[in-house]
Amino acid sequence: MRAWFFTEDAYPYLPDADSYESVRVSLPNKHFDPEVGADLYNMYLDMWCAADEMGLNIMNNEHHQTPTCMVPAAPIMLGILARETKNARLLILGNPVSNRSQPVRVAEEMALVDVLSRGRLECGFVRGVPYEIAPANVYPYRGTEKLWEAHDLITKAWTHHEGPFNFEGRWFHARQVNIWPRPYQQPHPPVWVTMGSGGSAAQVAQRGHIGAVFLAGYPRIRDIFDGYRQAYQEAHHQETPVDRLAYCALVSVGDTEKEGLDGAEKLLWYMTSNKVAPQFANPPGYHAPAMAATMMRGNQSGAGLPTATTVAEQMARGNLFAGTPDQVFEQIKSFYEYCGGFGNLMMMSQAGFMTFDETLSSMKLFSQEVYPRLKELTASYDPGVMQEIRASRPSVENVDISSIASEFAR
Amino acid sequence: MTSVEKPVVSLRGADIPLVRSGSGRQVLVLHGGDGPVSHLPFATALSGDFELLHPTHPGFDGSPIPEHFDGLQDLVFLYLDLIDSLDLRDAVLMGFAMGGWLAAEIASIMTGRTALFSKLVLVDSVGIKPGGPMDRDIADVFAMSEKELLKATWHDQSYGPDLTVMTDEQLQLLAADKVAHGLYTWEPYMHNPKLRHRLHRIDIPTLLIWGENDGIVTPQYGEALRDLIPGASMSVISDAGHNPHVEQPGEFARIFGHFAAG
Repeated sequence: MRAWFFTEDAYPYLPDADSYESVRVSLPNKHFDPEVGADLYNMYLDMWCAADEMGLNIMNNEHHQTPTCMVPAAPIMLGILARETKNARLLILGNPVSNRSQPVRVAEEMALVDVLSRGRLECGFVRGVPYEIAPANVYPYRGTEKLWEAHDLITKAWTHHEGPFNFEGRWFHARQVNIWPRPYQQPHPPVWVTMGSGGSAAQVAQRGHIGAVFLAGYPRIRDIFDGYRQAYQEAHHQETPVDRLAYCALVSVGDTEKEGLDGAEKLLWYMTSNKVAPQFANPPGYHAPAMAATMMRGNQSGAGLPTATTVAEQMARGNLFAGTPDQVFEQIKSFYEYCGGFGNLMMMSQAGFMTFDETLSSMKLFSQEVYPRLKELTASYDPGVMQEIRASRPSVENVDISSIASEFAR
Repeated sequence: MTSVEKPVVSLRGADIPLVRSGSGRQVLVLHGGDGPVSHLPFATALSGDFELLHPTHPGFDGSPIPEHFDGLQDLVFLYLDLIDSLDLRDAVLMGFAMGGWLAAEIASIMTGRTALFSKLVLVDSVGIKPGGPMDRDIADVFAMSEKELLKATWHDQSYGPDLTVMTDEQLQLLAADKVAHGLYTWEPYMHNPKLRHRLHRIDIPTLLIWGENDGIVTPQYGEALRDLIPGASMSVISDAGHNPHVEQPGEFARIFGHFAAG
């Protein structure tokens, strides 16, 4: 198991939620104090550096027009980390290539980070959440097709070394592609792509990339990972290596159960502060009509209210692992066995008002007391044994696919 | 809802549902982003004196969007094919909102064929950008709350759709309509920057009909559009918003009939 320390770099000092329509897209940036922002950026970079020193890997991402994530350009933060860290693998998850007009520029940025870090980049591509559509001004219909075309152009740019090549696709055009630098890792950095369903997982599996899932929890994880494994088997005629799958959850570890749960309460800010106006959560062309209709129905009552949820609910769903080191290990192991195994745990271990010291304390306990056991777990991974264990665990059928899971699916 | 068997015109790349009603001078009706209008009272009112031809744009009312479609220009050329396939003579071309933009594009291409279309009617149409980069000439309907949208669209908001009484199937059709609407209008938003330089080509009498209280595209926007079309005139209907044909069907039919008969 590889563990990835992740924080969205929130600017948590929000006005009263009743005073604004949406935390995403339209919250005026007069609420951002640059002095406070400078302190926060430096604190988050310090956290990532501390994670590196603890032996954890690093994950970052970007969002736009939102205080929930202060980083609108993840490659810039990644460039700093490439220089400031020593050992951590550096995962960007990811580049919103459906929304970016210049895939070649993405290829260049990623190659730079890979070279600067001497080959520590892991490069993710994402379609992006629906509230990224208004900031990007890009129509989301066929966004997945766009993602894969950008992917094809970027990977070609990374691996073609004999002078300019031509690319004139459905969405992207570049007639003289010859990037400098080229990547440090050969043939190119590992690629990650987010998955939200069994169908989207198949496209990732066919290419052999790492498939990443955010907060799908018990209700949806089997469908997605099974979709990946089946497509991988068909495409590559072998079992899916456990390192091809990744899951992201909220993680809080304490010396005592109470300490771990107190941390979890603070992490929950990530969910409860996400008041999004319906027109930004459900732009035309993003969701399939059936899903969009469901959201339109849901929006009729309590439109835009902050997502109400509890630590207990999110733990039950498998979106949050919290407690003592023993408890956290058992919770992760349970989820790991339920879904048939995964080799990467992305941990949102800081959110909202969680302090530097609280975060480090939690991550230190994780890295010292949980991480070694997780590494043993994946080291002994056997697909046959795993399927037997998994078969003994009936599917969770009593949890509905609530707005929580769908909202946070990347 | 009772479903009526709709005849389909098969074109290269798409099948277009086409509803015909009434008899008399032909009117090719191009609907806007809210979808087909053939069922509305104004259409019934007109069907005594006119034969209305109502095609449904691909993507609306549950129809598929052709794989190669990216925007309104695809619709323009699809409709040039449709028009070639219909037996039109001395017809009126009428479009609502996005359909008005479509009608204006078609009229600026089909010059010199006045035997086919002899009149053009644009109702609360989009299609041009009169102002500068910082001017929001056309309300951003995709970034407005349901409440704001109702307020901008209607003079009397009770005409607005009531989602609470819709069936799941109706909601899904509405969601699919929005997908098509977005596809045709997303960027450049609701307009073609080139169109204003082509509207001078329109060589048939043109009437703009506008709702006085339209908050999506104001009557001032309509005047800017009118001024780009040679000889065009404009009628403003009071107590109506973006859909004067819905809020004031009688007055709408009267103004249309007067222009079309003249």
